[in-house]
Amino acid sequence: MNPSGDTQLARDLLNGSPEAFDHFVEAYNAKLFRYSYAMCHQREDAEEVAQETLLKVFQNLDQLQDPERLKPWIFRIAKNACLMKRRKSVFAPKEELSLDELRPFKDGEQRLQIADWGPLPDRAAQDSELRLALDSAVADLPDLYRAVFLLRDVEQLSTEDAAEILGISNDAVKTRLHRARLALRQQLDEHLRGATV
Amino acid sequence: MNRDCSSIFALLSGYLDRDLPPVECAELEQHIQSCAPCVAFVDSLKKSVQLGKGYAPASDVPALAPETKQKLQEAYQRMLAARKP
Ligand SMILES: [Zn+2]
Repeated sequence: MNPSGDTQLARDLLNGSPEAFDHFVEAYNAKLFRYSYAMCHQREDAEEVAQETLLKVFQNLDQLQDPERLKPWIFRIAKNACLMKRRKSVFAPKEELSLDELRPFKDGEQRLQIADWGPLPDRAAQDSELRLALDSAVADLPDLYRAVFLLRDVEQLSTEDAAEILGISNDAVKTRLHRARLALRQQLDEHLRGATV
Repeated sequence: MNRDCSSIFALLSGYLDRDLPPVECAELEQHIQSCAPCVAFVDSLKKSVQLGKGYAPASDVPALAPETKQKLQEAYQRMLAARKP
């Protein structure tokens, strides 16, 4: 969804448009459910996070100063709702992805072991196994990397917005996004190599 | 100076997002031009990013119950009413 579409949606909502209400509830219930499901791993929790977030949005929409900020504002509410659900695991050790382990080749090693990526991503639509490989690769990401990936690549929020939502620096967003992408690439590469052998 | 493969590795997302300082970007492109493994790697990373952008799991998003939707509608109307003079 393009940002200006969301900006218009925010304006229509504030003007009391019934169509905007229906459209917004449907679109954001799905977005929020997917984001929270990827973050909380529990269907019931994800459903609750989506609903609680929607409720907070409608209760407080008049406090949204700038309609252009609709999406980051909503995802910040969702992120906090997710944290409440996951309070038990807040003290879990933070996992980090190491850049070295995501290299396809080590220094001095000339041969690059890499799958044939030629037919992608066109092939992805009909390849349900590839979709499953992507799902499991995303699920395997450490939480903070998954959150950055979801906000930046899936929701297409800016580095600055993702940083604000997650309470980390812009540089941390960039570093984690890069490592998340490399980790996804690595798992997809393994999947593709397995599939063609 | 031509950079080597490992020195550009950390910069590749910045490169794909067009978010590198011009000097670094030029050095990186100069390296990639003459390095087949990096071309293949950048291609695979770019395709991973494209695939990732289409990530939409749990396609069976639970529909909102009518009473939940009603509750949201009521909160929405209260907010609108409080907003009007
Ligand atoms: Zn190279």
